[in-house]
Amino acid sequence: MTRLTYREAMRQALREALASDPRVFIMGEDVGLYGGTYAVTKGLLQEFGPERVRDAPLSELAFVGAGIGAALGGMRPIVEVMTVNFSLLALDQIVNTAALLRHMSGGQFGVPLVIRMATGAGRQVAAQHSHSLENWYAHVPGLKVLAPGTVADARDMLAPALADPDPVILFEHANLYNLEEDVPDERNPDMTRAAVRREGSAVSLVTYGGSLPKTMEAAATLAAEGIDAEVLDLRSLRPLDTDAILASVRKCRRVVVVDEGWRTGSLAAEIIARIAEEALYDLDAPPARVCSEEVPMPYAKHLEDAALPQPGKIIAAAKATLGK
Amino acid sequence: MIAPPPSGPVPYPKDFSLRLLADMLRIRRLEERCAQDYGAGLIRGFLHLYIGEEAVAVGALHALEPEDNVVATYREHGHALVRGLSMDSILAEMYGKREGCSRGRGGSMHLFDARTRLFGGNAIVGGGLPLAVGLALADSMTKTARVTACFFGDGAVAEGAFHESMNLAALWRLPVLFCCENNLYAMGTSLARSESQTSLTAKAASYNMPAEAVDGQDVVAVHEATKRAQANVREGGGPVFLEFQTYRFRAHSMFDAELYRDKQEVEQWKTRGPIHTFSARLKAEGKLTEEEFLALDREVGAEVGRAAAFAARGTWEPVEDLARDVHAVQEAP
Amino acid sequence: MIDFKLPSLGADMDEGKLLEWKVHPGEPVTRGQVVAIVDTAKAAVEVECWQEGTMHEQLVPVGETVPVGTVLALLLAPGEVAPAPGTREKAPAIAKKATPAAAPARAPATPAATPAARKAVSPVARRRAKELGIDPEALDGTGPQGAVTLEDVERAAGAHAPAGAPPAPAQRPDIRQAIAAAMGRSKREIPHYYLAETIPMRRALEWLAAQNAKRPVTERILPGVLQLKAVALALAKAPELNGFWQDGAFVPGGGVHIGVAISLRQGGLIAPGIHDVDRKDLATLMNELTMLVSRARAGSLRSSELSDPTITVTNLGDQGSEAVYGVIYPPQVALVGFGRLATRPWVEDGELRAIPLVTASLSADHRVSDGMRGARFLVALRERLQHPEEL
Repeated sequence: MTRLTYREAMRQALREALASDPRVFIMGEDVGLYGGTYAVTKGLLQEFGPERVRDAPLSELAFVGAGIGAALGGMRPIVEVMTVNFSLLALDQIVNTAALLRHMSGGQFGVPLVIRMATGAGRQVAAQHSHSLENWYAHVPGLKVLAPGTVADARDMLAPALADPDPVILFEHANLYNLEEDVPDERNPDMTRAAVRREGSAVSLVTYGGSLPKTMEAAATLAAEGIDAEVLDLRSLRPLDTDAILASVRKCRRVVVVDEGWRTGSLAAEIIARIAEEALYDLDAPPARVCSEEVPMPYAKHLEDAALPQPGKIIAAAKATLGK
Repeated sequence: MIAPPPSGPVPYPKDFSLRLLADMLRIRRLEERCAQDYGAGLIRGFLHLYIGEEAVAVGALHALEPEDNVVATYREHGHALVRGLSMDSILAEMYGKREGCSRGRGGSMHLFDARTRLFGGNAIVGGGLPLAVGLALADSMTKTARVTACFFGDGAVAEGAFHESMNLAALWRLPVLFCCENNLYAMGTSLARSESQTSLTAKAASYNMPAEAVDGQDVVAVHEATKRAQANVREGGGPVFLEFQTYRFRAHSMFDAELYRDKQEVEQWKTRGPIHTFSARLKAEGKLTEEEFLALDREVGAEVGRAAAFAARGTWEPVEDLARDVHAVQEAP
Repeated sequence: MIDFKLPSLGADMDEGKLLEWKVHPGEPVTRGQVVAIVDTAKAAVEVECWQEGTMHEQLVPVGETVPVGTVLALLLAPGEVAPAPGTREKAPAIAKKATPAAAPARAPATPAATPAARKAVSPVARRRAKELGIDPEALDGTGPQGAVTLEDVERAAGAHAPAGAPPAPAQRPDIRQAIAAAMGRSKREIPHYYLAETIPMRRALEWLAAQNAKRPVTERILPGVLQLKAVALALAKAPELNGFWQDGAFVPGGGVHIGVAISLRQGGLIAPGIHDVDRKDLATLMNELTMLVSRARAGSLRSSELSDPTITVTNLGDQGSEAVYGVIYPPQVALVGFGRLATRPWVEDGELRAIPLVTASLSADHRVSDGMRGARFLVALRERLQHPEEL
């Protein structure tokens, strides 16, 4: 067991990837000299040099597209887009080229590209810097979308993502970088299965990424009140581990999905649709969701807190499914 | 005012000259067949014909090596043909048949071929440039002496992707040969109506990149300029920008009423047609006779006929295979 | 002769209006020559002909709009001689988009008796309640919005185990009373006689299986529907079984309206009717039967649905006995019963075989018919079920 922060865990994974495979290189804004916006890549330029840790100009479209081209050309690039907010500038390359190339070419070309993005809100960085658009990417066939929510996953999910012959997008919630946890020595090579973080039977709390700690906190409070909640960490957003979701729902017969995206058209909506399709007759209460309110993220702290999912809202939703 | 037709001696031996002529004729007759087949409903969706621009693909691609990378646009049938895809596989692709180069999944705008390193067939204007930069980046990092030729139109010059890619390629000295096929119109918008600076070479030069304008109707000029440029790029001199000034004799795509340009302008440009002007020069030098030309045309016609028959005989992918090739390994989302 | 057809000139083009002919009969056409100008949604487009020949006949006049693929003109192939003038059908002009006839307004649904507002029961609770034979709507719910949950059902099942069944929900009291009165009267007043006939069902079941294989699961037809239709058609041979005993005389039924005996969850039988069974096809009958059963069980029948039937059929289904000799529902004069469909020994062509059989029985009013008539009916019924394709 080692104690690491999420940031340190991701850095360790990047270092191991760079050291073990000469085809791997990192490309993004301020990943090199600046040490990374979130200090994830700090020290890597010094260790591996400017060819392997490339600072790119502010040209998301070009350097994400270049990442695609380099992957096509035999490299294993890890492109860092500073946040999901700026990824909108590169959306064309991600959706219209990376996701589609294999299919459009009749299977001739694949894009083994990893894109890492910071995501989420909670630090008062206001409307244009606070999006959670994981669901947009999870919508597109051809992409794989991951959301490591624990330090162990931050360390372990990069390797299978790099090994995957198709484009994989890794979402790192900005609030998780300082999270510190014990991690086991063994690596988890799996990037597709959801994980039960807390076993329970009264209600299933399904969540991912930055909402995981809040959900665990809610579960602890519920336990103190005699309500035994199960917490399911999705880990992979596309593909979704539907089997795990249904198993948890069938066991608990009640479900609350916690998702930081805006409620309308959220990933939570997709999950609930699947639950309704396949486990309707196992439910004791309508499925519930806790999402962000339908408002651009405000700057003032109390407003931002009110807009985002919080343990209090999760607890209330869980109790409501129990008729309390 | 249009310049006079390309003229002057052709500095190539007879067989290479006939190779160039044959390839231009093959493109022309294939494109005409596509137009016909589109009208008959055999080809659907969007179809963009290269008629009038043949000298660019032929002259440029004959100056590249088989191991070079080629990135093209949705007006890429000619590039695919010269690069080495068979007419059979191109036409079958446009018919949507499994025997097509992209298994019928791509259609006219998405011709891909791993063997000849043809990376599309890209339908987003400007979308191929970052891709080309990436391919060149991989070659640069692995020290592979290879050129990535990226073909795009004058319309792409307005997209952010063009500017970002030119900058990145020049900044990192990547082996990209930017080939701009300036046919003066981005769909229905002329260059003059969309660019504050219509000199494309001036734009390229502003990225600290060597840039040259070439008469795109003259296959000799195209070939010579590309030979020089690719040598530079291959030797590590960084990216080069070539502007091929050309013209498309037909509409942007099928079903374009061409309300944005003068019929007279089209007729004037036709006097600079790449095929008839080149064959005239060859005949003047005694490298080609009329009989040889007709024989060649018949041969090309036969190739087109065989390709059409191949495509017609082609099979449809079974619907059960719908979800293949989304990922390397098929799985539920 | 070469057909010159209107080509598709774009992804979204379906039709075009001929604006101008550029080549006229007798004039030559070279490959790629513009032959006509056609107006489309976007603009006027020049249409080329890809074949060599001579314009022979322009089939579509200027100003007419035609679909893509229409033959616009006929060309003589090079070397071909013009045939003697004859008529050739002109391409149909596109009819103005006909306003689709308004679908006949559905007959307003017969207003069902308004049941009590439906109680919220969670899906899993409902499922469990059904398994236990408990009516979940009678329970108090502890779930959200007072919904009955799985726990509520299991608690109720546990509490009531040895004692009597949980309280039956409010069924319309007048229907229950009506049934009780009718059965008592029937046995008191009607001199019943009983006949039975064992009917081989192999052909019917094989035919049904083949039919059902072509249908989606939701539209599959049950053997019971075959039986209903067979009864309806067989009644043609014995019309004195179809009707009412009123004021001391037999009144034949106005049609063949068959009452279908339906068991109710809380015990008891009810037999509302399907009208004109002899005239309806099997798919329609299946559909009506399904709806009737669910309305009956939901307690939303009207009393007239109980008084219209001219004969009743009772079918005990898989869980029933071999034969059923039922009680006639007055004022009807007959009841047809079907026992359990099962594979039993049977002699066919002198050989002992195991085939699916069902025993059909007739309970009939001896004031109106006798054994001969009754037997004629049963024989006809048996025959009908040997020719399922005619049902």
